[in-house]
Amino acid sequence: MALMNLSSPHHHSLSKTSRLMAWVLLATLPGLAVQSYFYGYGTLINLVWASGLALGLEALVLGLRRRPIMIFLTDGSALVTAFLIALALPPFSPWWLTLIAVLFSIVFAKHLYGGLGNNPFNPAMVGYAICLIAFPVSMTQWPAIEQTLNFGQQWQWFWMESIDGGIDAWTGATALDLMRHTNGLTLNEVALDNPQLGLSLSVSMWVNLAYLAGGIGLLAINAFTWHAPIAMLASLGFCAGLFHMGEPDLYPSASQHLLTGATMFSAFFIVTDPVSGATSRKGKVVFGIGVGILVFIIRTFGSYPDAFAFAILLMNLSAPLIDTYTRPKAYGHKSSKSSSQGDL
Amino acid sequence: MATEQKEIVIDGLWNNNPALVQLLGLCPLLAVTGSVVNAIGLGFATLLVLVGSNLLVSLIRHQVADDIRLPVFVMIIAALVTIAELTMQALTYELYQILGIFIPLIVTNCAILGRADAYARKNPPLLAVLDGLSMGFGFALVLFILGAMREFLGQGTLFADMHLLFGSIAKDWTLVIISDYRGFLFAVLPPGAFVGMGLIIAAKNCFDQYHKAQKLKANPLAEAGGKRVRVTGIIA
Repeated sequence: MALMNLSSPHHHSLSKTSRLMAWVLLATLPGLAVQSYFYGYGTLINLVWASGLALGLEALVLGLRRRPIMIFLTDGSALVTAFLIALALPPFSPWWLTLIAVLFSIVFAKHLYGGLGNNPFNPAMVGYAICLIAFPVSMTQWPAIEQTLNFGQQWQWFWMESIDGGIDAWTGATALDLMRHTNGLTLNEVALDNPQLGLSLSVSMWVNLAYLAGGIGLLAINAFTWHAPIAMLASLGFCAGLFHMGEPDLYPSASQHLLTGATMFSAFFIVTDPVSGATSRKGKVVFGIGVGILVFIIRTFGSYPDAFAFAILLMNLSAPLIDTYTRPKAYGHKSSKSSSQGDL
Repeated sequence: MATEQKEIVIDGLWNNNPALVQLLGLCPLLAVTGSVVNAIGLGFATLLVLVGSNLLVSLIRHQVADDIRLPVFVMIIAALVTIAELTMQALTYELYQILGIFIPLIVTNCAILGRADAYARKNPPLLAVLDGLSMGFGFALVLFILGAMREFLGQGTLFADMHLLFGSIAKDWTLVIISDYRGFLFAVLPPGAFVGMGLIIAAKNCFDQYHKAQKLKANPLAEAGGKRVRVTGIIA
C-alpha cells in the first residue's frame, strides 16, 4: 500500500497504535451508554463476551503464526474490533452469533490476510456482514423500546434464546425497516399506522448523537482527519435530500437518514479505519462519498435492514484503485493529471 | 511402465490435482458443491467426459494437425458433454434439474481441455485413459470433500437426497449429524465455497510441507522443488 510521506514538522501525538486504540475505545462509551439505556443490558453482555473472545482468538492465532503475542495483543486493535462488533450487533444477539462474528473478523478477515495493517477489509464489518447473510433472522432482532428486559432475562436470552414466562412484543421493527416497507403508503400514513415509529426515530437519533459526540472527540484529538466521515455524511445527506425533495411522501428526509441506523457510528468508527480505507486526503474524500452513495442506494432499494456493512466492504475493495488515482503530487514532479496525459 | 502409471495416478489424485493444484474448473467446483449429492453428480459427469475425451483425443492424435487441434478437441468434448447431459436427463432427471446449466458448462472446464492438450495428444490411449481416470477422480474427490464440508456446516447433514443419484435404495442414506440444527446459510452460499476451497488448499499445502520437512530430515540432500506459475504449493 502506498504510504504518504509527509515532510516535517511531524506531529507526534497518537503515534502509538495502542494509544489511538484506547482513545477509540473511550470514544465509543457515550454511544454504548445511550444504546444500553434504551435497549437494555444486551449490548453490555455482548461487549464483554466479544472482548474476551477477540483477545483469546487473537492470542491463539498469533501463537499459531509464531508472532510475539503480547506486543500485538496489547495494541488494542482486537479490542476495538470486538467493541465495534458488539455495538453493531443487535442487543438480542445470542452467544453463538457474537462468536461467529468475532471468529470471522479476527481469524479470517484479519489474520489470514497477514494481521493488523494488511487486512484489505474492515474486520468488524466482515464479521457483521457474514452474520447478516447467514443469520438474517437473528441479525434483525432489535428490541422494542417500550419493554426492556432486566439483566436476568437478558442473560437467559443470551445463553438459551428463551425467556421464562414468555414476553410479548419484545422485538420491534426499526425505524429504517418501517420506512422502507411502506406497502404503498406514504411516510405520513406509515407514521400514523405505527405509533412506535416516532419513538423509534427519536431513540435512534439519541444513539446517533451519542456516537457523533464520541466521533467529534476523536476528531478533536486528531485521531483521524475529517475528510472521510464528513464526505460520507455529506454525500448521504445530499442523496437523501435530493430524493426527499422530489418525492417527500416516499423518501425519508436527509436528517432522518443521518440520524437513524448506524450512520454516525459508521461515519466515525468504521469509515475512518486507516487500514482498509483510502490513504491520501483526496482519496479519503472519494472513499467517503462512495460509502455515502452506496448506503443511500442499498437502504432505499435493497432488502437488508441497514447498508453500512456492504457499502463499506465494497468501498474497501475499491480503496486500492482510489489510492492509485489520488496519489498526492510529490514536490518537483508533474501533477498526476499531466503525467497521466504524458503516459498516453 | 509400472512406475509411469503409478506416477499418473499420484499426479492426478494429489501432486497435480486439477482442483487443488492447477486450480482448474473452479466455476462448477464452487457453484455446485452445496451438498454431497450435487458434488458427486457433477464430479461423476466430469469424470466420464474426461476419460472419454482423453481416449478419443489419444486415438486420433496422429491424424489431427497441430494447427487445428483445439477446435477438434472442443468438438469432441462438446459431443461427450451432450451425451452426459442427455444421459443424466434420462436417468436422474431431478438432479439434472438441480445442476442445471453446470452440466453443459462442463465443456468449458479447463481441466478437460487441459488434459487433452497436455497429455492425451502425446500419449497412447491406455495411458491417456488412466490419466483421465486419475485426474477425474482427483477432481471428483475435491468436489466430494467440499460438498460434504458445506452440507455438514450448512445443514448439519451428510448424504441427504442421495436417491436423486442412486435411486430409491439410497432414500435413507441421510446422516443427520446434528439434529435440530438451525443451519449456517453462509456455508451453502458462494462465499462459503471460496472459504472452504481455501481451507482445503491450505490443508493440502500444510500436509505437503510437513511431509517435505520429514523427508528433508531423513535425506538432507533431497532437491528443493521449483515453483510453477499459477499453481498452489510446490511441485517437486
